[in-house]
Amino acid sequence: MNPVNYLYLAALLFTIGAAGVLIRRNAIVVFMCVELMLNACNLAFVTFSRMHGNLDGQIIAFFTMVVAAAEVVVGLAIIVSVFRSRHSASVDDASLMKL
Amino acid sequence: MENLIALLVAAPLLGAAVLLCGGRRLDRAGHWVGTLLAAASFVIGVVLFLDMLGKGAEDRALHQKLFSWIPVEGFQADVAFQLDQLSMTFVLLITGVGTLIHIYSIGYMAHDERRRRFFGYLNLFLAAMLILVIADNYLLLYVGWEGVGLASYLLIGFWQHKPSAATAAKKAFLVNRVGDMGLSIAIMLMFTTFGTFAFGPVLGATGQTSEGKLTAIGLMLLLAACGKSAQVPLQSWLGDAMEGPTPVSALIHAATMVTAGVYLIVRSGAIFNAAPDAQLAVVVVGAVTLLFGAIVGCAKDDIKKALAGSTMSQIGYMILAAGLGPIGYVFAIMHLVTHGFFKAGLFLGAGSVMHGMNDEVDMRKFGGLRTYMPVTFITFGLGYLAIIGFPGLSGFFSKDKIIEAAFAKGGAEGWILGSVALLGAAITAFYMTRVMLLTFFGEKRWQPDAQGNEPHPHESPKSMTIPMIILAFGSVFAGGLFSIGDRFLNWLEPVTGHSHGHAPVSAATVTAATMVVLVIGVAIAWAMYGRKPVPVVAPRGSLLTRAARRDLLQDDFNHVVLVRGGEHLTRSLVYVDHTLVDGVVNGTAASMGGLSGRLRKLQNGYARSYAVSMFGGTAVVIAATLLMRAV
Repeated sequence: MNPVNYLYLAALLFTIGAAGVLIRRNAIVVFMCVELMLNACNLAFVTFSRMHGNLDGQIIAFFTMVVAAAEVVVGLAIIVSVFRSRHSASVDDASLMKL
Repeated sequence: MENLIALLVAAPLLGAAVLLCGGRRLDRAGHWVGTLLAAASFVIGVVLFLDMLGKGAEDRALHQKLFSWIPVEGFQADVAFQLDQLSMTFVLLITGVGTLIHIYSIGYMAHDERRRRFFGYLNLFLAAMLILVIADNYLLLYVGWEGVGLASYLLIGFWQHKPSAATAAKKAFLVNRVGDMGLSIAIMLMFTTFGTFAFGPVLGATGQTSEGKLTAIGLMLLLAACGKSAQVPLQSWLGDAMEGPTPVSALIHAATMVTAGVYLIVRSGAIFNAAPDAQLAVVVVGAVTLLFGAIVGCAKDDIKKALAGSTMSQIGYMILAAGLGPIGYVFAIMHLVTHGFFKAGLFLGAGSVMHGMNDEVDMRKFGGLRTYMPVTFITFGLGYLAIIGFPGLSGFFSKDKIIEAAFAKGGAEGWILGSVALLGAAITAFYMTRVMLLTFFGEKRWQPDAQGNEPHPHESPKSMTIPMIILAFGSVFAGGLFSIGDRFLNWLEPVTGHSHGHAPVSAATVTAATMVVLVIGVAIAWAMYGRKPVPVVAPRGSLLTRAARRDLLQDDFNHVVLVRGGEHLTRSLVYVDHTLVDGVVNGTAASMGGLSGRLRKLQNGYARSYAVSMFGGTAVVIAATLLMRAV
C-alpha cells in the first residue's frame, strides 16, 4: 500500500483533533482531541520513517508517547481537581485569567 | 622676595578663614585679628614695594608659581602670581586703604553684634581683590573677580534683616553676573585664539591675531568691566549697593572693587591697542557714564547715593582715559589711586556724619554740621576740594591729565571727548559743592524722628577720625607727589606704555578751561543751595531732576525692557510648553492608552480562543513558508 495514504490519514486525524479542541467545551473531550493530534503526528513520523528508510521518526514517536503519557497524568489531575472545585468540566467556565 | 607675594594673599585669607569658621568665641578679638592681618598684608606690600624701587625699571616684575591648578594636555592653568608696577600700585592701594577702613570699622561697627563676621567678609574681600590684581593669567584673575563679587554681595547684604539691603545685594550680584559672563566668554575666546590665558603669551601675541577676534575679546572684556565698575549699561546696581554699611561703600564701592574694570582694561591694553573698534566702545562707555553718574549725583538727596553717582562718574573718567590707549593708561591708574584716597575719605566722612545723626542719610535733614563735627568737616572738605580738582590737590593733577589726554586723542573725537570731560568737571564741581553745602553749611534742619529721638550730632571716636585724617593727607598730597617730576608716569610706563598724542591746545589752556568750569559749577551750586535756605522736603523739580532722582530711569528701563520682556518670553515659552510639548507627550500617552484598552479585549480568558489564535498563527506561518518555497 502506498505510504502516502497514511499521511492523508494522519492529516485527517490531526484536523479532527484540532477541530475538536476548538469546538468542544468539555475538558475531557478537548483532552482526547489533543491526544488525537499527538497520535496523528506520531503516525506521520512513523510514515516518514518508513518512506525515507531510517529510524529517526520511529524514535521520535516513542518520545512523543512518553511525553503524552506524562501530559495525560498532569492534565487529568488538573481536570479532576477543577471539576471537584467547580462542579463543571467546561473549559469556558474556567475563564478567570483575563482583565 | 618672590615668596612674599603669596603671603600678601595668605594673610587676609587666613583672617577670613579664622573669623568665619572660628565662631562666637572670637567675637571679642575678631576685629583685631582682621585688622592686624590686613595691616600685615600692607606691610608685606610695602616691603615688596621698597625692594622693587631698588631695582631697575626692566627687572622689577616678580613672578611666583604656587602650583599647577589644572594640568591637562593642551590646557595649563597655574596658580601663579605676577607683581609688576601696575599690580604693585593696586596692592598698595588695596591693602593701604583696606587697613585704614578696617580700623575705621572697629569704631563704626562697635555696636553691631555681628562685627566679627563683618571683619571676616572684609578680609575675604581683601584676599580676593589681591588675587585679582596679582594673578598672572586671566583664569586666576577670574577667580579673584568672582571672589570680590561674592564679598561685595555678602557685605551689601550684611544687614540682611532689612529687605532693601537683601534686595540690593541680590541686584548687585545679578547685574555683576552679566559682566562676569562677558569675562568668561573673553577668557574662552582667548583660549581658542591663543591656546593659553597667561598674560605674557596672550598680550605678546596680539600682533599676529586677526583684528576681528581681538575686537570680540575686547568687547567682552569691556562688558566685564561695565558690570564690575558700574558703567552704562550695567550701572544700576551701584546706587542700591549703598544699602551696605558705609565702610563697605568706601572700600569696595568707591576705592577698590569698582575700579577692577579699569585694571582689567589697562592690563589688557595690548588687546585694545590692536582693536580700535573695541577701544572706541570703551571711550563711549566712559564718556556716557561720566555724564550719567554726574547727573544722577546732582539730584540725589541721600548723601551716600550722591557719592555713589560721583563714583560712577569718576570711574567713567578712568574708563575714558583707559579707552584712549597709551595716551591715557597711566592717567587712568593715577586718577584711580587719587580717587581711591579722596572718595574713600568722602565716604568715611559720610559714615561719620551718619554715625552722629542716628543713621540719617537725607542731606536735607543735615545742615550746619561743621561746628558739631570739626574733624569730619575738615577731612570731608579736603576730599571735596580734591575731587572737584582744586589746584594743588590730588584730583587737580589726575583729572586735569585725563582731560588733556582726551583732547590729545586728536581730531573731532578728541574735541568731543575733551568737551565731555570738561562738562563732567563742571557738574562734579556742582554736585560736590551741593553735598558740602547741604551737609555742613546753612541752617540746621534736623528734626526728631518718628520715635521722638532728636539727633545729637557729635564727633566720631578716634578709631574713625584717624583713618579719615590719613586719607585726607592722601587726598591733598598724592596727586602732587605723583605728578611732580612725572614720577607716576615713569613708574608705570614700562608696563602700560605711554604716548603724548597730538594735543590741539596747550596744557595750560586746558588747565585754565578746567578752572573756569570749576568756578562756574561751584558758583551755580552756591547760588542754588548756599545763598538761600534749603527746604527740608525736596521741591518737585524739573523733569530732568525727577528723572535723575530715579537714577535717570535706569531701573524703569530695566523693568520695561528686561523684566517685562523676560516675563513675556517666559510666558510664551510656558504656553508653547503647555500646548505643543505637553500636547505631544500627553497625546502619545493617551493614544497608547486607548490602543491598549482596545487590545485588552482580546485577552478574554477563554482557552479556546487562544487556541484559535495559535492555530491561525501557525497556519499563516506555514502558508507563508510554502509560498516562499513555491516562489
